[in-house]
Amino acid sequence: MDLTIWTYEGPPHVGAMRVATGMRELHYVLHAPQGDTYADLLFTMIERRDHRPPVTYTTFQAQDLGGDTAGLVKTATRQAYERFRPQALLVGASCTAELIQDDPGNLAASLGLPVPVIPLELPAYQRKENWGAAETFYQIVRTLCLPHAPEPTWRRPPPEGRRPVCNLLGPTALGFRHRDDIKEITGLLDRIGVDVGVVAPLGASPAEVARLGDADFNVVLYPEVGRTAASWLKRTFKQPMVETVPIGVGATRDFVREVAGVAGLDVDEAVKAVESRLPWYSRSVDSNYLTDKRVFIFGDATHAVAAARVASEEIGFKVVGLGAYNREFAREVRAAARKLDLEPLITDDYLEVEEAIQEAAPELVLGTQMERHIAKRLGIFCAVISAPVHVEDFPARYSPQMGPEGANVLFDTWVHPLMMGLEEHLLGMFQDDFEFGNDRSPSHLAPAHGSASNGRSAPAEPASSAPAEDPVAPAASTPAPAPTPTPAAADLHWDDEAQAELRKIPFFVRKKARRNTEAYAREQGLTEISVETLYEAKAHFGSR
Amino acid sequence: MSGSSASTVDRSASGCRDLPVLKERGQREVFCGLTGIIWLHRKMQDAFFLIVGSRTCAHLMQSAAGVMIFAEPRFGTAIMEEKDLAGMADVHEELDRVVGRLLSRRPDIRTLFLVGSCPSEVIKLDLSKAAERLGGIHSPRVRVLSYTGSGIETTFTEGEDTCLTALVPELPEAPADERALLVVGTMADVVEDQMRRVFDSLEMGPVRFFPPRRTDELPPVGPGTRVLMAQPWVNETVAALAKRGATRIPAPYPFGVEGTLAWLTAAAGAWGIEAERVLEVTKRARERSTAALERYRQVLEGKRIFFFPDSQIEIPLARFLRRELGMRPVEVGTPFLHREHMAAELDLLPADEGLVLSEGQDVERQLDRAFQAEPDLTVCGLGLANPLEARGLATKWAIELVFTPIHGFDQAGDLAELFARPLRRRNLLEV
Repeated sequence: MDLTIWTYEGPPHVGAMRVATGMRELHYVLHAPQGDTYADLLFTMIERRDHRPPVTYTTFQAQDLGGDTAGLVKTATRQAYERFRPQALLVGASCTAELIQDDPGNLAASLGLPVPVIPLELPAYQRKENWGAAETFYQIVRTLCLPHAPEPTWRRPPPEGRRPVCNLLGPTALGFRHRDDIKEITGLLDRIGVDVGVVAPLGASPAEVARLGDADFNVVLYPEVGRTAASWLKRTFKQPMVETVPIGVGATRDFVREVAGVAGLDVDEAVKAVESRLPWYSRSVDSNYLTDKRVFIFGDATHAVAAARVASEEIGFKVVGLGAYNREFAREVRAAARKLDLEPLITDDYLEVEEAIQEAAPELVLGTQMERHIAKRLGIFCAVISAPVHVEDFPARYSPQMGPEGANVLFDTWVHPLMMGLEEHLLGMFQDDFEFGNDRSPSHLAPAHGSASNGRSAPAEPASSAPAEDPVAPAASTPAPAPTPTPAAADLHWDDEAQAELRKIPFFVRKKARRNTEAYAREQGLTEISVETLYEAKAHFGSR
Repeated sequence: MSGSSASTVDRSASGCRDLPVLKERGQREVFCGLTGIIWLHRKMQDAFFLIVGSRTCAHLMQSAAGVMIFAEPRFGTAIMEEKDLAGMADVHEELDRVVGRLLSRRPDIRTLFLVGSCPSEVIKLDLSKAAERLGGIHSPRVRVLSYTGSGIETTFTEGEDTCLTALVPELPEAPADERALLVVGTMADVVEDQMRRVFDSLEMGPVRFFPPRRTDELPPVGPGTRVLMAQPWVNETVAALAKRGATRIPAPYPFGVEGTLAWLTAAAGAWGIEAERVLEVTKRARERSTAALERYRQVLEGKRIFFFPDSQIEIPLARFLRRELGMRPVEVGTPFLHREHMAAELDLLPADEGLVLSEGQDVERQLDRAFQAEPDLTVCGLGLANPLEARGLATKWAIELVFTPIHGFDQAGDLAELFARPLRRRNLLEV
């Protein structure tokens, strides 16, 4: 039993809903109690979908439990088929229905409906949303493609006299920028001479899924959802899978190389199709100020790992934290963290993430909706790079994360929230300007984050012990399973002059200066911190 | 439908009391009672709501109402896992551990609610026993109570009803000879203050509100307690208060000028205060609120409105919109109809030609009826709103009616505005 306040992933049946809602001509019968229908609003509100998810819930109540809940499943399935006439049915249970063990998949199969009935076994007390999506997609692919499977000894012929064809696997409803990624990658593939056969699950009908085996190879755009099915297709249909996720310029080039290799195209020619502004923008002199900006990265493994590469190799940030919430892909995150000399953070406990962010004192957080809230509270800039996302992460404009245009979007989105170079210098030089005063937030941060607004947090919560000179210190409500590292250390004493000097340091680096100075003092065995200690620490650690 | 009401309110020949109710059983597109925590945890500032449930419960809480704007809420979910389900003894030990950790982190908490969920109900986890045990460990600092917010037993606002019902035995005994007014059901703090001012002007009282803003200030209850329902969903709470000797003052609900006046008049009547006096005291508030409503009447008059079931507030709102703004209710759906507590409202709601009152839901059939009726405005949940808009129907999110101060004279205009806005907006948009 775990105490959870916010969760990164929903239950596995929500993953199944993301697959079902992304598809066309498919219907999902979900054995679930009244109330589980809340999941519809994820799609209709967060993603602004103009259709209800294709889900029929049995919505059983207590009075049904002694009676015939199995009958409810049959009735709901029959009625859903009659009303929606889908090409295939998914049938499964949510967490509560799992406990009453009605076996809805078999019940539905027993109805003898004229379409494939795909039973879903998604253990709600062991697994989570991404796994549920992957398993659901795999079951759909397996059920619908198996009738078309070739003999085990069959060899796939290379594409002769035609353009190679691939499928794009993994995008779902409620996915972070999936809509735009598909468009971007389809365009990129087209430019290098590759056609896209089927995109699935997003936008595909069961009939189209059944044709997945026709393509020459598969591109796994979102491994969290697509890899299980792609691996099965590889074994069964001898379709190679392209696994490089094209987020960032470097990864997009690698992706194109991998595709060209698999499709038998000229690799060097193909790489020329990757034209992004990011490399030049990063070389432009104004980008100097981006050098070694401290970033903390957290998200699903795929997006986090990709972001770490872009941040460190393409923008010149210093990655000071890297983690993911989906343990299934921890291996990839560990490997990426090792390359950056970091201890990976694999957890789905957002309190732990919050603590790690505070500890790392980054200037920018690249994270999920959850990290956006954490960063807001800590007064740090944040850009969202991964699900779980909120309504503002479904922008009206074209805004992919992948491919050449995706790289442009990443540059803009990550750099804009940061302090521009000269503004930073002016703040450093003229910190006595009343408008730069200690209680001021930078102009591009909402005023609510200033010290005066800490009262926004629940009033009944204990008062903050954060030092007064720290206007962006964690709000009073910061949960503290372990003591936070930011409050003034008890074993050290800042003399008046040193405190005054600390206040002269621009607020956005002050926290780090305090930390470095105190670390230096401890290292030196000091208990008193003077102005001299402050500058000795600065010389010792460098200005970053 | 049973006409078991014993209410003394005059029956109006044109009212809806005898209108047959369409009872539906099918897919219900409604929230479960856990959702009530979203306002209860802000209302009672020293209470923490610990849902004992699944990942679905936690996911619902963070998705349902966009509540993530707050730093750390005073609610959380103890998520049961495979190993908890394997052996029951473990669950209680695990729960003790989670609660211990929680309370040590939150010294400000005075009342802890263990909130039952669908999975905890299905495995018959005895949370009242757990509450008793944990109360033994953590009293006197923390009172531990339990109630159910599970979807198999409660629909949306019924979660507040089960929560308050669990609090009733904790209420101190009122002196037998004290006549006091107890207003039951969460209202916005600002509205409570307004109501209190009116009761003060009428020189009646003492007046107390339930739930209170702090659980260490629970209102007393006894034979002299007169209960005035502020929300239509506190049915079981009122029954529990009756067992403690309290009596209910039958009244419509305080929505709109007419409803608020009738509500106050009924309360004043229990103090022997003449209706004339209430009219006098509320004159200015009534005049300005009536004027405020006029502005929206032009937008709303004659417009046809369709209510999907949501919170049990639908019938009082239909009454307000019909009588004070001239709207035409087409279908008024409610998740649950308590005939006695809704009697005054049913009497006031005119049984217009073709009006359908429905209880429960079969969402597909109800959608068919809505498309057939082509109402000018449809009140529905967030799962349905955008799909209906895409089909050309203007919608009003039902949940906003539970999260916005809408009671009383000075909110009547705001309440009307909530219905007028989607229609005004449609007129504004040119593309």
